[in-house]
Amino acid sequence: MEVSSTRAAGGAVSPGLEVRIRKHFLNSERSFQLDVHFRAAAGFTILFGASGAGKTTLLDCIAGLTEPDEGKITLGGEDVYDSGRQRNVPPWKRCVGYVLQELALFPHLTAEENVAYGLRHLAADERRARSRKMLEAFRIGHLADRRPSEISGGERQRVALARALVTEPQALLLDEPLVALDRPTRSLIIEDLRRWNQRSRLPILFVTHSVEEVFALGEEVIVLDAGTIVAQGQPKDVMHAPRLETVAHLSGFENVFDATVMAVHEDRGTMSCRIGTGDVELETPLIRAEAGSHLRVGIRAGDVLLATESPRGLSARNILPGTIEKLAQRGVMVAAMVDCGGTCLEAHLTLAAREALALTEGKKVWVVIKTHSCHLLRE
Amino acid sequence: MNWEALWLTVQLATIVSVALVAIGIPIAYWLTYSGWRWKFLVEAAVALPIILPPTVLGFYVLVALGANSPLGRWWERLTGHTLAFTFEGLVIGSLLYSLPFAVQPFAAAFGAVDRKLLRASASLGHSPSATFRRVVLPLSKAGLITGFTLSFAHTLGEFGVVLMVGGNIPGVTRTISIEIYDQVQAANYASANETALVLLIISFVLLSMVYGLNRRGAVVGAWK
Repeated sequence: MEVSSTRAAGGAVSPGLEVRIRKHFLNSERSFQLDVHFRAAAGFTILFGASGAGKTTLLDCIAGLTEPDEGKITLGGEDVYDSGRQRNVPPWKRCVGYVLQELALFPHLTAEENVAYGLRHLAADERRARSRKMLEAFRIGHLADRRPSEISGGERQRVALARALVTEPQALLLDEPLVALDRPTRSLIIEDLRRWNQRSRLPILFVTHSVEEVFALGEEVIVLDAGTIVAQGQPKDVMHAPRLETVAHLSGFENVFDATVMAVHEDRGTMSCRIGTGDVELETPLIRAEAGSHLRVGIRAGDVLLATESPRGLSARNILPGTIEKLAQRGVMVAAMVDCGGTCLEAHLTLAAREALALTEGKKVWVVIKTHSCHLLRE
Repeated sequence: MNWEALWLTVQLATIVSVALVAIGIPIAYWLTYSGWRWKFLVEAAVALPIILPPTVLGFYVLVALGANSPLGRWWERLTGHTLAFTFEGLVIGSLLYSLPFAVQPFAAAFGAVDRKLLRASASLGHSPSATFRRVVLPLSKAGLITGFTLSFAHTLGEFGVVLMVGGNIPGVTRTISIEIYDQVQAANYASANETALVLLIISFVLLSMVYGLNRRGAVVGAWK
């Protein structure tokens, strides 16, 4: 087996990362085939998908911690894995920074020693200087002498990022690095990462299933489902007008319905769709579809308005009478399930709105949905 | 109090426990990380001295060391005398006898080191051997001290293997437990009690150290 040291060549220009691999893997339910081909240029590429979609397996393959069944991985111009040539560079000779989901800081080392860990090849002075600088860059210089058990979750996260970046990798892999953090800490670290990315451009693969993080960081998003790439592009294209149902579920469509196209109004740029088998009809944006064809409609619960009287003089085209079936408080938000002639719609409102409208279960309401809040999905 | 026997025993226990750190670490490393399907057979073989009657172990060691075995013949050609009924023979028998008391705590400690740390270490440019030195060993400190102490204490109190392999030669193979047996045989109960008490106290102090160590911060995980 051929082996080479890419680590020695650190600091060279990094022409990005190209991955084309196949690998069988097991998640908790069944076995999947990971089968992907993509290129990641410098900057953030978001890997978005439900848990078990193969995101972590993919990162493990790139880092060399798992061997793919076949394919090729090119990193910074070098093939670190190539099944055709029986080539598999071991993980410790690949120039990849990998921040694992659980961080995996060394508990017996201080924050500074953790950061210096990957700089073994340097002289002690140089090692110390670089780790100090990196700790300062992540605003945790004052914690240099603390052990991981003595610092907060957000601080640990910064140590893990600093530890991976200080080695000047040719690619950075981040596996849900912000999942355990509270919102303010999360946005601070996102800021840190963005600043870092502007200074030293390298491909960063960022695994998440938070839509918020996709928009905060994403220049490119790859949607992974059951081991294959189902969508790829800029976040605003992939996430806002999802054409694929997996994306719809993941990006927070609480309402997804089977629908039949009843009429196409080319002149108005809309269509009429009947929802399910009931008699509810929705006006949706126009897509290339014929009357009678079947598709699915996704509506975010946050885009659904409720009125206690039949509204008039509104631009919204869909106004459906219904009855509140259930009201459930979720934190500072209220989820209302409204029965509109056999079709149940979920609407999210604020606590104040519930008070102002005196909403109770069994109350008659009107559901208001804008045409462009109805997203058409292809199965 | 037979100081000669006590001194001999402490020498034996020290040599054996130090040697077992050197021998036990590679064995425990292999037992922890090997994916070999027949590994359980090796695990069983290593654990054998825990349940085997010392006379059985001693008997086979005696046969293996004797002038009719290849090892015995090789040793005799090298040194001019047989291994049986010598201090060196006693060391070999004790190494086997105390092996699981070193290997098992070592392996338990290595196994308790989170695999995620090994993965992180690999992605930070460390080969498996460098990772073992810089992550696994430091995090297994308590297990290493436990294995060392237990094999020391266990060797200190061995009787059956010593009797079978070493016999009862004053200053050469007469250890403290043989001494106690001799005194009881001679109906010398006061002297036997004195020696037995020393062994009891030493053993209790050593075990207290082990449990104390594993109670405090440096815990190595569940005891096997």
